Amino acid sequence: MNQLKNFTKGLLKENPILVLVLGMCPTLATTSSALNGLGMGLATTFVLLGSNVFISLLKNVIPDKVRIPAFIVIIATFVTIVDLMMQAYVPSLYSTLGIFIPLIVVNCIVLGRAEAFASKNTVLSSAVDGIGMGIGFTLALGVLGAIRELLGNGSILGHKFINGDGIILFILAPGAFIALGYLMAVINKIKKV
Amino acid sequence: MEYILIIISAIFVNNVVLSQFLGVCPFLGVSNKVQTALGMAGAVTFVIVLATMVTYIIHTYVLVPLHIEFMQTITFILVIASLVQMVEIILKKISQPLYQALGIFLPLITTNCAVLGVSILVIKKNLSLMMGITYGAATAIGFGLALVLLAGIREQLELADIPKGMQGVPILLITAGILAMAFMGFTGLV
Repeated sequence: MNQLKNFTKGLLKENPILVLVLGMCPTLATTSSALNGLGMGLATTFVLLGSNVFISLLKNVIPDKVRIPAFIVIIATFVTIVDLMMQAYVPSLYSTLGIFIPLIVVNCIVLGRAEAFASKNTVLSSAVDGIGMGIGFTLALGVLGAIRELLGNGSILGHKFINGDGIILFILAPGAFIALGYLMAVINKIKKV
Repeated sequence: MEYILIIISAIFVNNVVLSQFLGVCPFLGVSNKVQTALGMAGAVTFVIVLATMVTYIIHTYVLVPLHIEFMQTITFILVIASLVQMVEIILKKISQPLYQALGIFLPLITTNCAVLGVSILVIKKNLSLMMGITYGAATAIGFGLALVLLAGIREQLELADIPKGMQGVPILLITAGILAMAFMGFTGLV
């Protein structure tokens, strides 16, 4: 029961992007299409899961004073793993996401979960929390990516729904800010009802 | 000439926040007053220039000769984190007024992705050390410009009547979107 709660809180109630407003840079930069958003989300989920498990395992070994640098090293290790794996197996996605793969290191969500959750809880809870938060992040990125792709290109995941070019602005930088702004406004409205 | 192009391109055409999405968190977080925005911009400029210099030297003289370029992410983030700490300690010792002005922003900078982003971009773009530093400084100025602009708009926005659901982050994002649209006007300048 408790584990289920750990899992579901990341999906909507404490959704890292839409509610906690963490990790905005990759959210805005990598959601020019649904596929890019999902790819970025999954890469972050992997890092979250790995770092949460390891930090939870090592929480009694790491001295309190140097915990932040220690966490960063653990996170950076997993980011390097993801970076090398993506370069090898999905080179096209890797080149689209570009600099934002190494930048997962400075994604506030990862360090935030390490500090707020994994350093205080059991390995299993931390793993569940990591997956829940990761999926919440991926969902938000996927939805935003789908909205931008639909408005900007008339397609979702490459399937064309609307003929014609679409509003190119939504693929470009300003569209990212505006689409996310309206998405958050809608979420705010839903939450209050 | 090349340097001028780098500067104009980094400040206006490829503005770090509004078109490359680096450093959006502090952009939204510390832009409620022009005064704080200026402080943050100063601190970021200082750290970006230093970080670009140090990471470039480490990359060229340590990582490349040893063929361990894949360690880039880990090394750079550690260098930046310790650099920020060091700057904080040194500032506290030698210049109290500067520390008062920039001090509170320094711990926040470690997780500012613009710093790590610029360090990695300089390596990716194969710039020379001098060009890298110019690029870093210009990027930081671009960041400051966007931050101060948004802070100015936010001060006015406090007087406006905003629908309930749009208050807070949503209206801020849409404002930033319109700002980004304005910056798109610089496309093709360089």
